[in-house]
Amino acid sequence: MNSLELRYTVDSEDFTLAGDAASRIKKKLKRMELSPDIVRRASISLYEGEINMFIHASGGEIIVTVSSDEIKMELVDRGPGIEDVKLAMREGYSMAPDNVRSLGFGAGMGLPNMKKYTDELEIESEVGVGTTVTMKIYIR
Amino acid sequence: MTIDNIREILDCEVICGEEHLQSDVHTACGSDMMSDVLAFVKDQAVLLTGLVNLQVIRTAEMMDIICIVFVRAKMPDENIIEFAKEKGIVLLSTNYRMFVACGKLYEKGLGGGERI
Repeated sequence: MNSLELRYTVDSEDFTLAGDAASRIKKKLKRMELSPDIVRRASISLYEGEINMFIHASGGEIIVTVSSDEIKMELVDRGPGIEDVKLAMREGYSMAPDNVRSLGFGAGMGLPNMKKYTDELEIESEVGVGTTVTMKIYIR
Repeated sequence: MTIDNIREILDCEVICGEEHLQSDVHTACGSDMMSDVLAFVKDQAVLLTGLVNLQVIRTAEMMDIICIVFVRAKMPDENIIEFAKEKGIVLLSTNYRMFVACGKLYEKGLGGGERI
């Protein structure tokens, strides 16, 4: 399989656009020789990550690299950063505002879901600087 | 069961996707929290929800959910319907409330997957 790199800028404000990047990436992944399960896991993880970017960081950049061994997904933002990553990973913990909750998000499942659907999840965050979430899904 | 069976059991109005009514569904998920739905991965699934916005369609798209049933007679607007059509997702609307709608489908043999 040929390797592939995809880059998308998430430019927030309009929450109705949240998921547009994940949708475009899913379309590209579906055209590759990947199992539907892997495509779905990658899409859900990216979607959750993209939603977080909208809610907390007013956007950012998504870089997806597909090689013969893995799908690597990096979500980079210049948002407020995560003060306590361990707490943020806890199921049910959420900092999302009420307007986002009314749209069906903010249940504190975003990061736990991303961890559940990927083989590796790493969060680098600095308060006041931003957050980089790196996820990997093994293809073999 | 097929999506058409669901339409019949829940006495649904078909909002869009008439051409996919004969598709099979194997499991269902009922929730107004999209984050909960995203924690549930199954093939050929139907989503029952009382939430009506674009993110419901997005969530279904990511999950490969082929049919959404809006409970409590909720109706999506034109934007949402167009978006679902683009994604090939069937939209149905039923007058039943969530609990009863889920119960009726479960009673007819539609499962919800194993325990967490």
